[in-house]
Amino acid sequence: MSLSKDTGQKIKVAVAMSGGVDSSVAAALMVNEGYDVIGIMLRLWSEPGSESANRCCTPDAMALAKQVAAQLNIPFYPIDAKNVFYNEIVEPFINGYEQGITPNPCLQCNRHIRWEFMLNHALAFGATTLVTGHYARLESNSGRIKLLKAKDLNKDQSYVLHVLDQEQLSKAQFPLGDYTKVEVRQLAKDFGLPAAEKGDSQDLCFLGKGNYREFLERNSTRPYEPGEITNLKGEKLGWHAGLPMYTIGQRRGLGISTKKPSYVLEKDIEKNTLVVGTKDELNHRILLANKVNWVSIAPPAEPFRAAVKIRYKSVEEPAEVIPLEDGSVEVHFVHPVKAITPGQAAVFYDADICLGGGIIQMAIK
Amino acid sequence: MNDNSLIFLDYASTTPVDPRVLDAMMPFFNQNYGNSSSVHRFGQQAEFALEQSRRSVSAILGAKEKEVVFTSCGSESDNLALRGVAFARRQQKSAAHIIISAVEHHAVSQTAYQLSSLHGFEIEILPVDKFGIVDPRDVKERIRNDTAIVSVIYANNEIGSINPLKEIGEICRTWGVPFHTDAVQAAAHLPVAVDELEVDLMSIGAHKFYGPKGVGALYIREGTPILPIQTGGGQEFNLRAGTHNIPYIVGLAKAFEFAQTDQEYRNNHYSTIRDHLIKTIIDSVPYTELTGHPTMRLPNHASFVFKGVDGNTLLMLLDAAGFECSSGSACKTGSPEPSEVLIAMGISPEWALGSLRVTLGQQTSSEMVDDFVENLPNIVQRARELNPI
Repeated sequence: MSLSKDTGQKIKVAVAMSGGVDSSVAAALMVNEGYDVIGIMLRLWSEPGSESANRCCTPDAMALAKQVAAQLNIPFYPIDAKNVFYNEIVEPFINGYEQGITPNPCLQCNRHIRWEFMLNHALAFGATTLVTGHYARLESNSGRIKLLKAKDLNKDQSYVLHVLDQEQLSKAQFPLGDYTKVEVRQLAKDFGLPAAEKGDSQDLCFLGKGNYREFLERNSTRPYEPGEITNLKGEKLGWHAGLPMYTIGQRRGLGISTKKPSYVLEKDIEKNTLVVGTKDELNHRILLANKVNWVSIAPPAEPFRAAVKIRYKSVEEPAEVIPLEDGSVEVHFVHPVKAITPGQAAVFYDADICLGGGIIQMAIK
Repeated sequence: MNDNSLIFLDYASTTPVDPRVLDAMMPFFNQNYGNSSSVHRFGQQAEFALEQSRRSVSAILGAKEKEVVFTSCGSESDNLALRGVAFARRQQKSAAHIIISAVEHHAVSQTAYQLSSLHGFEIEILPVDKFGIVDPRDVKERIRNDTAIVSVIYANNEIGSINPLKEIGEICRTWGVPFHTDAVQAAAHLPVAVDELEVDLMSIGAHKFYGPKGVGALYIREGTPILPIQTGGGQEFNLRAGTHNIPYIVGLAKAFEFAQTDQEYRNNHYSTIRDHLIKTIIDSVPYTELTGHPTMRLPNHASFVFKGVDGNTLLMLLDAAGFECSSGSACKTGSPEPSEVLIAMGISPEWALGSLRVTLGQQTSSEMVDDFVENLPNIVQRARELNPI
C-alpha cells in the first residue's frame, strides 16, 4: 500500500507536524508502513510579542517537531504562513464576531490552510497526500470517498473535517483514525517519541494568552459599542459591553437581575441589542444552514433522517434534513435543541458516516 | 537522512574534513594529549605540535610566528580583531571611529554595532558598487586620525566578490590605521601573503578549507595595538586565554597546507564547472541575475537572484529534490528578510528575497552539476507558483 503500483517506489507523503503527540505518532506510523515521508510545519500568525504563548505551533513546538523528524529520519520543512493565515483565518474570525456570528475558524483552516495552502506546498515537494494527526477515518470503495468518525468517539474530529471536498479528501490520510487516544499515547512511548506531555490543545491555536474575548478586544477593528440588553418582548433589562463579548446560550456575566436565570438568545446587529430570555426560549426546533458541503453522499434531492451536531462538542440530535432549492438546508429536530448559534456548523451523521454540513444562519421556533 | 544520493553544493557553508587532516589530528586526542602549558614532557610534546602548527601557518602567510594567534573559529578571530584593536587604539590614541564595509559577515558587523551601542564608537559604513565591491577612494574619503580600525572582507561569502585589499591597505598604512580583513571564505581559494595584501590583521577558519569546525586563527602584524578579549592563563602571547586545542590546531595547520598545495588544481577544477553552471542557469531560468562580480569572484562560487521567489521555499524544494544549497538571505527560525548585502548592492527586495548560492568543492563532479542545472528551472518554476507575490 505504501508502494506505488506504477513505479514500485515508495509513495511520498507529507505529514503536517505540530510537535504534539498526535501528529508525531501519525508521522511515525507512516514511516513504519514504508512511505517516503516528509514533515512540514506552518509558521502561523500570532499577536506580535506573543509567539511563545500560542496554544499551537510556537518556536518550542517547532523545536520539538524538528526533534521528532530527526528521530524518524525524515526531512523537516518549516513553511511561513503568517500572512495567509491572518488573511484567511484570523481576520474573518474577528469580522465574524463583529457581524454578530460565532465563527469556528478551524473549519476555514482545514479547507483553505491545510488542504489548500499546505497541500499545495506538499504537492510541490513531490508528495501525493497531506497526512494529519486528526482522529477520523476515510473509506473509498464505491467511487465516492466517505468521511467516517474515528474509532475513539471521544476524540472524533470528523466535525471539523466535513468542509473538505472529494478532491481534498483524495489527498488526505488520517492514520490515527483506528486508534484511541490512549493507544496513541502508548504508541508515542513505543516509538520513543519526545512528544510534549502537556494536555491536548482544545482552544483556538492563535489565541495566545487569555481567552477569545480578550483577544477580540485587543484585535478588533474598532472599539465595541455598548448597547441595550432586552427580552423577547423588547423590554430593556440593562446594558451589554459589546455584542462580540457574548455567546448564544451564555448565562453568566450578563450583569442583569431577573426572576428566572436569563440566557443569551440572539444578537441584533442592526439595533446593537443583546436579546436574552428563559431556558425555554433558548430552545429551537428548526435551523437554517447554508454553504453546505456534501461529503460522503452526493447532494441529496430528498429530505432524509440524520443525527446532527450543532457545535464541535455537542451531542448528536435526531433530525430531518430538508435540502432546499438554493442548496441550503432546513434541519428539523425531533426534540427542541438549545443554543443554536449562527456561524457554527451543523454537521449531519448517519451512524459512523459524516454526510456533510453547513453553516448555521439562524434558528427558528 | 545521511543519504548518499544527496548532492552537496554548499561548500561555502562548510566542508568535510579531509581524511589526511583527520589522520594528522587523531594522535592528539588520546595518545599525545598533553596540555601545552605544562612543564613535563607530555606538555612539551604538545607544545611542540602547537608551535609546529604555528610555524606552518605563519610561513604560508609570510608572517612571523608570533604574529599568528589560534582561536576557536573565524568569528572569534573577527571579534578579537575588532574589539581588541578598537579598545587598544582608544587607550593609546583616543580613537573613536570604526570603518567597515556594507558587506561584512555578521561576526564583523555585529561586533562593530555593539562597539557603537555599548562603547560609543562611531561606525561608518563603506558603500559598495553593484557587484558588492568596495572602492578604495571611499576609504580615503572617510579615514581619519581617530579611526581605530578599518575592516573590509577579502571575499564576500554571499556573493563571492573579491575586494581590492592592497589599495585599501596602502591607504590605511599612510594614515597609520590598522587594516583588518575577514579572510574566512577567501583563505580556501585565494593568495594569503599578508605583505602583498597590505593587511595588518586577517581572520581565517579551518572548516572552510577541509579542516575541522571549532578552530581558527588571527594574523596580527607586529606592532598593531591590540588588547585581549578572552583573558586568563596568558596563552597565545597573552592575547587569547584557554588551553590549546592541539588536535584541532594541528588539523587547521594541515588543512591550510593542503589548501596551498592543492590550490591551483582545485581552482581550475571548480572554475570551469562553475562557469558552465552560471551560463546554463542564466540561459535556462527566466528572470535570473548573477549577483557579485562575474570574474573577480571566488573560483568555486555562483550566486543568483530569481525574481518573485521565496528563497527559503526554494531551498526546501531543492532539498526535497536532493540538492543541498544555501541562500544567505534566510534565517532558520524566523521570517526571511532580504539580505543586507544584496540590498546594499541595490537589488530590490522582490529579487533579493529569491537568492540562491551554489558553491562547489572537492567532491563535486560535472555530472552532479549537470543534474542540478537540469532540474533547477522546474524547481524555480514550482517555487514561483507557490508564491505569487
